[in-house]
Amino acid sequence: MKLMDKNLGLVEVQKLEGHTDRVWNVAWNPAADGVLASCSADKTVRIWEQSSLTRSWTCKAVLEGTHTRTVKSLAWSPSGKLLATASFDGTTCVWENFATDSESVSVLQVHESEVKSVSWNASGSLLATCGRDKSVWIWEVLPENEFECAAVLTGHSEDVKMVLWHPTMDVLFSCSYDNTIKIWWSEDEYGDYNCVQTLGELNNGHSSTVWSISFNAAGDKMVTCSDDLTVKIWKTDISMMQTGEGYVPWTHVCTLSGFHDRTIYSVHWSRDGVIASGAGDDTIQLYVDSNSDSVCPSPFYL
Amino acid sequence: MDSVLTNKNPIIYPKRTRRSRTDQSSTDEFSSTNRIRDIKDPEHPELSLEDLNVLTEESVEVDDHKSYVIITFTPTLPHCHLPTHIGLCILVKLVQSLPARFKVDVRVAPGSHDKETTVNKQLGDKERVTAALENPELVALLNKMMQVC
Repeated sequence: MKLMDKNLGLVEVQKLEGHTDRVWNVAWNPAADGVLASCSADKTVRIWEQSSLTRSWTCKAVLEGTHTRTVKSLAWSPSGKLLATASFDGTTCVWENFATDSESVSVLQVHESEVKSVSWNASGSLLATCGRDKSVWIWEVLPENEFECAAVLTGHSEDVKMVLWHPTMDVLFSCSYDNTIKIWWSEDEYGDYNCVQTLGELNNGHSSTVWSISFNAAGDKMVTCSDDLTVKIWKTDISMMQTGEGYVPWTHVCTLSGFHDRTIYSVHWSRDGVIASGAGDDTIQLYVDSNSDSVCPSPFYL
Repeated sequence: MDSVLTNKNPIIYPKRTRRSRTDQSSTDEFSSTNRIRDIKDPEHPELSLEDLNVLTEESVEVDDHKSYVIITFTPTLPHCHLPTHIGLCILVKLVQSLPARFKVDVRVAPGSHDKETTVNKQLGDKERVTAALENPELVALLNKMMQVC
C-alpha cells in the first residue's frame, strides 16, 4: 500500500445542474473514465461525461419516460455497458445502448413496493435487488438483456436499504431498517442461496437502520454506516474463504463514533484505502487507517 | 379512511390568546408553533392540534442559529391509530414553511403512545417519508389537515 499524504481534503471541482428534484445516488462507470450516472426524485437518470480536452462535465443523456416514481439508486455492470436502476415505482430497469437507436430497456417487475438498491456481481453474471417488501432478489443475466429469477431471499424483518455483492466472490450482502446486515451465500454453483450470517446488535452491530455497505479493494474488510450515528469496520479471513472450504464469518473490528450528529446515509471505501462517509448533518468525513493493521482503537481521523 | 374513531370524546383545551409579533424574520418557538398549531386533527377536522393539546408551545424547540427544529407531539390517546399521519403533517408543514437549511425532527412525546418507537423511527427515515409523500391519497389527507378554516 502506498504511503498516504495525511493532508486529506475535498475540493469541489464542478456542480452538475440538470436534475429538477433531489438526487439520490450517483455511480461512476467502472469501465470508462470520466463517465458518471445520477438518479433522482425527478424520475430520470442522467449520464454525465467529462471532456478530455476541457476537463469539464456535461450531460450526455437523460433516461426518462420509463420510471414513474423516484429513481433511488443505480449500478453499472462491470463491463460498463449496462445500467441498472431501482425505483420507488417497484421496478428495476436495465438499460442497454441508451440514447441510441438501439436502446433497450428490460423492466423487472417483482417487488411489491419501492425498490431501494441494485447490485451486479463481479463478473456481471448476476444482479441483486432489494426493497421495502423486505425481500432480496437474485437474477441471472442472460443474453439480449434478458433476466431470469435465480432466488428470492427472505429473512430481513423490515425494509432492505441496500444490497451489494462482494468484489471478488459471489457472496451477497444486504442491510436493513431492521438494524442488521445479512450475508447470503450459496454452497454450490446452482445458486441455492441462504443467509449464513446476520450481523446484529449482539455481534457489535448497529442499533438502528443500516443504510450502506462498502468493501475495501482486497475484499477482506467492509465498512457500514447507520442511523445510529456510527460507522463500523468488519473483517474476514478472505484467503480461507477463497480455498472453498466453506463460509468464514465476518467479525467486528471497530466502531467510529462522534464524527456525525445525524443519520449517516452513505459510506464508501476507495481503492486507495480512504473511507468517506456522508450524513444528514451536511458533512462528508474522510478516514484513513493510520496503522496498516487495523486494530481497534486505532485512530481514524478526519 | 376508517369510519371508527378511536377517540370519540376528545378533550378540547381552551384556546390561548395569540400574541402578535412585529418581527417575523427569525424562526423561534413562537413562529414555528404558529405554523403548525392550526393543523386539523385527522379524526376531528373541526378541531386543531392545539385545541386537543397535541401541540403546545412547549412542543417546540428551535435553534435558528444552528438551524434545527424539534417538535414533540402528544397523541390524544396512547393507542390512537394515526400518530404517523399527525407527525408527517407537522413535518411537511414545517419543511414547506422553513428555509431549506433547517433540520426538522418530529417525535412522539416520551411515554405518550404505545407505538412511540415505531412512529419515531418512521418519521426519522427520510427515504420512507419521501416515498410515503408520493402517495396521492396520503397527500390529499395531509392537505385536508393543513387547510386553514
